[in-house]
Amino acid sequence: MTANVLLMNLTHLNDFTTQVRRDIVRMVHQVNSGHPGGSLGCTEFLVALYQEIMERKEEFDMDGIGEDLFFLSNGHISPLFYSVLARSGYFPVSELVTFRKIDSRLQGHPTTHEGLPGVRVASGSLGQGLSVAVGAAEAKKLNKDNHLIYSLHGDGELQEGQNWEAIMYASAKNIDNLIATVDYNGQQIDGSTDQVLSLGNLKAKFEAFDWTVVSIEKGNDLKSIIEGLEKAKSLTGKGKPVAVLLHTVMGNGVDFMMHTHAWHGKAPNDEQLQSALEQNPETLGDY
Amino acid sequence: MNYINQGSKDTRSGYGDAMTELGRSNPNVVALCADLVGSLKIQPFIDENPERFFQVGIAEANMMGIAAGLTIGGKIPFTGTFANFSTGRVYDQIRQSIAYSGKNVKICASHAGITLGEDGATHQILEDIGMMKMLPHMVVINPCDYNQTKAATLAIADYDGPVYLRFGRPVVPNFTEAGGTFEIGKALLLEEGTDVTLVATGHLVWEALLAADELANKGISAEVINIHTIKPLDEEAILKSVAKTGCLVSCEEHNYLGGLGESISRVLVENHPVPQEFVATKDTFGESGTPAQLMKKYGLDSTAIVAAAEKVLQRK
Repeated sequence: MTANVLLMNLTHLNDFTTQVRRDIVRMVHQVNSGHPGGSLGCTEFLVALYQEIMERKEEFDMDGIGEDLFFLSNGHISPLFYSVLARSGYFPVSELVTFRKIDSRLQGHPTTHEGLPGVRVASGSLGQGLSVAVGAAEAKKLNKDNHLIYSLHGDGELQEGQNWEAIMYASAKNIDNLIATVDYNGQQIDGSTDQVLSLGNLKAKFEAFDWTVVSIEKGNDLKSIIEGLEKAKSLTGKGKPVAVLLHTVMGNGVDFMMHTHAWHGKAPNDEQLQSALEQNPETLGDY
Repeated sequence: MNYINQGSKDTRSGYGDAMTELGRSNPNVVALCADLVGSLKIQPFIDENPERFFQVGIAEANMMGIAAGLTIGGKIPFTGTFANFSTGRVYDQIRQSIAYSGKNVKICASHAGITLGEDGATHQILEDIGMMKMLPHMVVINPCDYNQTKAATLAIADYDGPVYLRFGRPVVPNFTEAGGTFEIGKALLLEEGTDVTLVATGHLVWEALLAADELANKGISAEVINIHTIKPLDEEAILKSVAKTGCLVSCEEHNYLGGLGESISRVLVENHPVPQEFVATKDTFGESGTPAQLMKKYGLDSTAIVAAAEKVLQRK
């Protein structure tokens, strides 16, 4: 990619990211529930993934043969997922207004049950997504489909033991078409991950399980994310699964939500919403 | 009795033999196992289709998730481990990643119930039917012998949706038709009778047939229904029978709380209330012993069914 093209793309991605942030805070505010902190912290990542990194087919079908697939394991950041899916063309942006309301396809946590295009498995009960991603990676290999599987996990979520079953399996069975990203923000509901149950040296843990690890230190910087994910892609197909440790700031882009676990699962009030929206001006049109 | 034992076999061998056939006939069928290949009798499938077998080790939660993921791409995963580790150990994984997600996973569970025997209560699950039938849209099947387990395994490969298939460890009489068709949700009328309906599932179907013989010797005409599918339940077959007999005994190798019997009770009270007795374990854990000893001690054999039939007849 030439410098100019990258610059143009970055401008577009930046606008996209700002609009997604507006969507997140508006969605959570209108139903006075949901999870803005983790959603905002991973906004740049998911926008980069869907708009820049993944090879995707325009139409959604469950099997997803011939395209890259993404699995959201930490399903509580559904506002982000829904906004990116809608603005990537999977369903009308206007449907975002139904988030968490009765008779909606946009359930509190993502599900296939209501037939929302773009979602391939339910998530919300934590720790299950990596196993599903591994299964989908195995299916890709059986189908001789060279596309990749991406997944996203909370760092606190790694306290669930099933992850480590899947981490052990993925390296033992050479699942090298998988890039699993950890939202490494150091926060969870009851406090910092260090306070609640320390993850220790996460990089060393993944490496001890024989994964290849890519660290993205600036996990809220689009350029760093794209470079990191491109590097991760280049490391696939070499016999090992790839983990991306994405260092993020929970609540990124809304100053009063940053650097605290307080906004993990709390909606802003009217005044706070105004402040958040002023910090993130409308770019692509509100829903 | 209209049925003869064609030679006793374990039901799990019916699963294994059907998997061998599916390996040859359906390229989308894949098998997963959590370190119990020998118990599940799937070595022939593995030998013929090594690329379609996934040994996950002693990690059942991961196995359920991998199975869910394999469906994305069109595979039909059959997971294999003991019934205890197929259900209670992984209930939330099944609930979210398979049932709620509507994934086409076949959860195949061997060593169900008290007839697992000497390993004792840690492994003898008597709550699995209840757990699995409560999950929306989950199909629950408990075949009675080798032939029916084989037929059921073949049939569920052609059904699109999550299925719990429950079978056992011990060698038991094999008396249903070899190569017979298996229709999910369709009860089988084994013996016609007029005084009492015996509705049985799994290993207790043979015991119910023995009980019907004993009852006939006492001048009691028992109708025997093989309910291999607990969910969806063939309500029509049950109601048709009790319209004639006016009372019913449900027979299952499972806790009477949450099992087949309670499903039948619901159908009866909603449509045609008649007296019912339960041949089942009564809110208890099992213990070590031989399958026959345990069936006797926990009131799951033909003698217990005869006693329950005589009791329910007095309540008519």
